[in-house]
Amino acid sequence: MSLQLLIRSKKFLVGMGILLFFIGLAVIVPWFLPDPKTMDPKLQWKPPSTERLLGTDLFGRDVLSLFANGMNMSLRIGTIAGLISTVVGVVIGAIAGYRGGSMDEILMSITNIMLVIPSLALLIVLAAFLKMRNEMLMAAIIGFTSWPWTARSIRSQTLSLKSREFIELSRMSGLSELKIIFQDVLPNMFSYVFMCFALQMANGILSETALSMIGLGPTDVVSLGMMLRWALLWETVRLGYWWVFIPVTVAVTLLTTSLLLINTGMDEMFNPRMRKL
Amino acid sequence: MKKPTYSPLFLLIIKKAVFYLATYFVALALIFLIIRLMPGNPIEQLVARLVAGRHAGQSFGHVDQLYWQFITEFGLDRPAYEQFFVYLRNMLTFNFGISIMAYPSSVVDILIGSMPWTFLVLFPSIVIGFVVGNYLGAVAASKKGISDNVVFNISLLFSNVPYYCLAFIMLYLFAFLYPLFPIGGGYSFGHTGFSFTPDWVVDYLHHYALPFLSLVLINVGGQAIGMRVMMIYELNSDYYVYSKQLGLSEGKLTSYAYRNALLPQITGLALSFGTIFGGSLVTEIVFNYPGIGLALYNAILREDYPLIQGCFAMITLTTLLANFAMDILYAFIDPRIRAVYAGEKT
Repeated sequence: MSLQLLIRSKKFLVGMGILLFFIGLAVIVPWFLPDPKTMDPKLQWKPPSTERLLGTDLFGRDVLSLFANGMNMSLRIGTIAGLISTVVGVVIGAIAGYRGGSMDEILMSITNIMLVIPSLALLIVLAAFLKMRNEMLMAAIIGFTSWPWTARSIRSQTLSLKSREFIELSRMSGLSELKIIFQDVLPNMFSYVFMCFALQMANGILSETALSMIGLGPTDVVSLGMMLRWALLWETVRLGYWWVFIPVTVAVTLLTTSLLLINTGMDEMFNPRMRKL
Repeated sequence: MKKPTYSPLFLLIIKKAVFYLATYFVALALIFLIIRLMPGNPIEQLVARLVAGRHAGQSFGHVDQLYWQFITEFGLDRPAYEQFFVYLRNMLTFNFGISIMAYPSSVVDILIGSMPWTFLVLFPSIVIGFVVGNYLGAVAASKKGISDNVVFNISLLFSNVPYYCLAFIMLYLFAFLYPLFPIGGGYSFGHTGFSFTPDWVVDYLHHYALPFLSLVLINVGGQAIGMRVMMIYELNSDYYVYSKQLGLSEGKLTSYAYRNALLPQITGLALSFGTIFGGSLVTEIVFNYPGIGLALYNAILREDYPLIQGCFAMITLTTLLANFAMDILYAFIDPRIRAVYAGEKT
């Protein structure tokens, strides 16, 4: 039923389309292209041609291959970071909202404190002090610094669900609190949790790109942020080598926009008041 | 015995001040933990870097002396809880130590040198973004039709472009393809720092235009999108429809709806201040603009940990102060809350 509703949302479909396009690109394209690590000094800074669709960089590496592999890495880090922050946010928000009282106050104080500490600055310090940074570690530090938004919105959703009859019924039949939260409360806001995940994934991709761009990304791999870092270090803007940074900037923009479209598309469909607008 | 009564506004300020102080404390404690949990002896590394970078070939006695100077300065010869208090005292008195990359300048000197540049681009872009964005969003929502569509789509586009991406694109378009503006930096060669001669101001504005524009466009877009939704919500509310049927003038009604829609926007601005600040940091890096973002970038490149820590403390402190100011301002702006604090209503 809810899927039929979603298919009617143009925003959701466009967002999903863009997202699936990039996932396809990241999974399929690397098979058909040279290894992104292959260097060839003779092919330095070649502009796009029919042979090399996005040209080459300083080391003669194929930019399209770097781009597809980098997209793959950024999507993976974004997904894992999004999952971590959604899970942490949902657990904290649901417990705070359902329990109420002093538990709510303590959890929400922590959430509000974490919310106003500028997360990018905290991420920078964390990453700067970690010498070896792999994919999982990047996803983990991004995930564990970005959950407060989710915790706050899940808490208010839980509060509105809490007083419904079916929850009262479960409570009267003596189910434990945790069981009520995980069996009754959370399944009833599944679509809402997914919407939070879409936003958190966008945030994960943006954070990874920003961190990598300033030199604090995963060590030894290609990601979209890494490509921007090289574009900065080699002063490609001054040299006018647009193929090195324009595809990446456009892709990051489209990717985060697609996740936002998925979020607002779902919001409009599941929220009848918004549907009219 | 009667308890002394304080004005509610005073209590609000105290409450908020305690919250933000606690937040700053938590932020500082987090950094302390991060530094302590890292493997290796940070002072040894710090001294090694200092010596390797600047004073190669100097006598060993000098190194030893430097080592113990740092050990006592950071209180590392004392137990962990005392170290924490030494650290807190240092941070709260802005004693961030000595920069490695700009030895022997102190971290504070570098921060004082770069913060004005950041504020010059940050605050005007937030204020103009807020004013223009809210105006556009409100007009779009109340006019509907084509103008709504145009404003909505353009705002949606800009509000979704990440800061660093727009910076790259603007730099390529307006400094390389159409070289209207310089390709980066805060001033031309031959100019240094602030001098406020007409010549300098023109040169500065020339360098300032692109970083400023790229921040403003994103802020306007974000504010307009938010305002449009709030305004549509107000325009469909019962009080609006009812007053319209009573025959109140369109202009008066719109101004009522606008004021109601503006309140959540102010809360939103307060909460997104950290994001905007973070965005301006990466924008500075792409434009090579000499603010705190560029200082942080150089500190990361050269592993200058005292400077990284100092930048974090300053960024956090500024964000918290801005949030605090917003919270207090909010109490003055919202008539419902103001009435409570003025004692007219309880």
